[in-house]
Amino acid sequence: MIDLKSNFIGIVTPNPFWLASAPPTDKAYNINRAFEAGWGGVMWKTLGEAGPPVVNVSGPRYGAWHGKDRSLMGFNNIELITDRSLDINLEEIRQVKKDWPDRGVVVSLMVPCEEQAWKDILMQVEDTGADGIELNFGCPHGMSERGMGAAVGQVPEYVEMVAAWCKQYSQMPVIVKLTPNITDIRTSARAAVRGGADAVSMINTINSVMGVDIDTMRMSPTIGEQGAHGGYCGPAVKPIAMHMVSEVARDAECGGIPISAIGGISTWRDTAEFMALGATNVQVCTAVMTHGFSIVEDMIDGLSRCLADKNMTCLEDLIGAAVPSVTDWSQLNLNYVVKAEIDQDLCIKCGRCYIVCEDTSHQAISTLINGARGFEVIDKECVGCNLCVNVCPVENCISLRELKPGEIDERTGMPVSSEYRNWTQHPNNPMNAGG
Amino acid sequence: MNTTKSNAKGQTDIATARLSEQQCHENFSDLHQPFNSYGALVEADRCYYCYDAPCQTACPTGINVPSFIRMISQHNAHGAAGKILQENIMGGTCARACPVETLCEQACVRNHEEDGPVRIGLLQRYATDKASQDQVEFFTRAQSTGYSVAVVGAGPAGLACAHRLAVLGHDVLVYEAQAKAGGLNEYGLAAYKMVDDFAQREVDMILAIGGIDIKYGVRIGTDLSLADLQVKHDAVFIGSGLGQSRSLGLADEAAQGVEIAVDYIHDLRQAEQLSDLPVGRRVVVIGGGMTAIDIAAQSKLLGAQKVTIVYRRGQEHMNASDHEQSFALQHGIRIVFWAQPEKLLVQGKILTGIEFASTQGDNFTLQADVVFKAIGQMLVPLDSGLTLQGNRIQVDAQQRSSIAGVWAGGDCIAGGDDLAVSAVQDGKVAAQSIHHSLTANQSPSTQPNQPSQP
Repeated sequence: MIDLKSNFIGIVTPNPFWLASAPPTDKAYNINRAFEAGWGGVMWKTLGEAGPPVVNVSGPRYGAWHGKDRSLMGFNNIELITDRSLDINLEEIRQVKKDWPDRGVVVSLMVPCEEQAWKDILMQVEDTGADGIELNFGCPHGMSERGMGAAVGQVPEYVEMVAAWCKQYSQMPVIVKLTPNITDIRTSARAAVRGGADAVSMINTINSVMGVDIDTMRMSPTIGEQGAHGGYCGPAVKPIAMHMVSEVARDAECGGIPISAIGGISTWRDTAEFMALGATNVQVCTAVMTHGFSIVEDMIDGLSRCLADKNMTCLEDLIGAAVPSVTDWSQLNLNYVVKAEIDQDLCIKCGRCYIVCEDTSHQAISTLINGARGFEVIDKECVGCNLCVNVCPVENCISLRELKPGEIDERTGMPVSSEYRNWTQHPNNPMNAGG
Repeated sequence: MNTTKSNAKGQTDIATARLSEQQCHENFSDLHQPFNSYGALVEADRCYYCYDAPCQTACPTGINVPSFIRMISQHNAHGAAGKILQENIMGGTCARACPVETLCEQACVRNHEEDGPVRIGLLQRYATDKASQDQVEFFTRAQSTGYSVAVVGAGPAGLACAHRLAVLGHDVLVYEAQAKAGGLNEYGLAAYKMVDDFAQREVDMILAIGGIDIKYGVRIGTDLSLADLQVKHDAVFIGSGLGQSRSLGLADEAAQGVEIAVDYIHDLRQAEQLSDLPVGRRVVVIGGGMTAIDIAAQSKLLGAQKVTIVYRRGQEHMNASDHEQSFALQHGIRIVFWAQPEKLLVQGKILTGIEFASTQGDNFTLQADVVFKAIGQMLVPLDSGLTLQGNRIQVDAQQRSSIAGVWAGGDCIAGGDDLAVSAVQDGKVAAQSIHHSLTANQSPSTQPNQPSQP
């Protein structure tokens, strides 16, 4: 078994599995249970400034999108930051850090965009012995209407400014949590870098409406007669989060700033994927809100075995391993040719590949083999789009075969070239006029 | 039926109330637990929605299975029922009684995977039951054409034909020999497949279309001739089934204890109290089809101690599917292959046993209080001039008989497979053919509507 010791901007934890700032990290009781279960660190649920605590709704705070078997695919919430008093939270943070010195305790913060407000809370948090702070610039509901959360994260200048205050008024590592509700995540990440942030975490939740009750003609869930949009998370957002993590990981201006990944991470495999795309550690929320804290057991065991299988000796071997494989479309090799191939021994003859190719793609699958019902790829039409592979219910039944250089592509009638040629080099590119 | 409990010497043992009525009732409860809505959703989600789906091809009535299952998965059970009934007006009975393991479910591509076929039969039942509970109506009758069609027999073929004709606007008069409609659905299928008087509920649903009248207690060939019907009506459909059971051809078949399986099941299905039925302690069933399995299982469930099915050929030749055979074995029924009945053992006109000649070993004798004959049925001769083929009515692909104006379908025709689902298809095809024939000379504008899309 490989040791999963994790070092995230100097915060050393026994593993890279953290709980995201959210209901599971609202108080010491939950966090003690999480640490007992084996979690490496927590982002304490966001604290606000001193004074009367925020007020949450007493109706549904959560909504879910289910698969047919009631598996939870997507989740959303309209819960605000902690609704407990600042003093109680600070006291519990102090005690938890004392009781669990080997685990990470980072405090999520959200106060108005005023220098004094940040100065005040930074002093109080630093005094607890917490390992760092995470600036909540991502929460997309409720607080954002009051000029905080995502309302800050959506303005790069504010991101830079507040990050700089935090670096100025505290010795603690500063992590900026980014909102996905923007056009290009790199703009916010670069602002955090300019402000001196030690790391970024992403993604916060996505603006969402979960559904409409067509009997009552009201969006759902509602608080009485009306509802409000919430923040979307869970397995369904993972591809969006992975894109954003990889964009920041390979952005020169971001300069390799450490990333704490968030977004639908439920398993050790999700973790391995996010870390390969450049994350240093991961934060989990929906998965524990679905199954409880004990899932970390499999995450630890599975990730450790995964590293061993890949002949890796530590997490650093995994972090960023797949980043070089991510590029822009313009850099893709247009001379690379594949054809779909159906393994007739595995094929169960459902015909799904045929009907989707016939109705929606390239008419590249036939329905008869020697006069009997059966499905075969027509190389002359196949563009290697992968749709048949994606809809086939049998794993590995349809695969894409790479044509070797010199082999004739029946679709174009041309031999496959061994030369790498992307769009910027392609004769059809109008920008290459005359070239 | 014979209700004598035992002969004077006590050598045979036929008794009522072998089990309490309550126990009988439990034994004859639903064979398969129906899906609840959640179970149906999960099962429906297993369907791959195949292109040119093999399950649809395998269905004698051509129900668009992937389509109705997708509707179930989208919480549209009523739409699903409409899809089913559009092709098979007896979709409810077929969902209960079809040998799906040799039809749609055998064809399911999921058989290539570990978890087996999509349970199409149970999904079909879920949808049709839901629509029935919610009293959804799927068909409206076209404007009356003024044509009158005679249908002989209110079984699956006859009622399917009558319903389609009524939808198309024709008036239908059904001639039924029994006191109730439904045919084998009412009188022949095993009781645990058709609980809660389902056959009659389905008949009521079919007749609700209007335009169908039934004359009960009228037997064609006895009370009325085919020629009479041709005079009275514009077309005739014969769906009279097979009325005459084959005999063993042995001496003493009239002895007490020698029974015809379908007659016993007929009585069983109509019994007010199952515990009132006389049941032999030792029961021997001769035959290898579904009726043999049904009578054997039902005897066991009524309290028979020892039930043996004896079939003249091998296991692989049985008409009863592997599934049905294993159902029988699970109920403690023994199946003996490659043996033919040679002699009924009778003392004072009361059966005591039966001797068999085995083609694969020694001859043997089984003691028996009851021997059930389940070796098939034959057409009751109509003396009508219809051309027969292998003793059944010859028809073409449109179900037309050799006599112009006379169509036939169901078990009474040659080439049938003795399944309710095939009978429904015959009736449906015949109705369409009759409709074309009756309206062929009308201009298109006066032609009645096609069946409305449910």
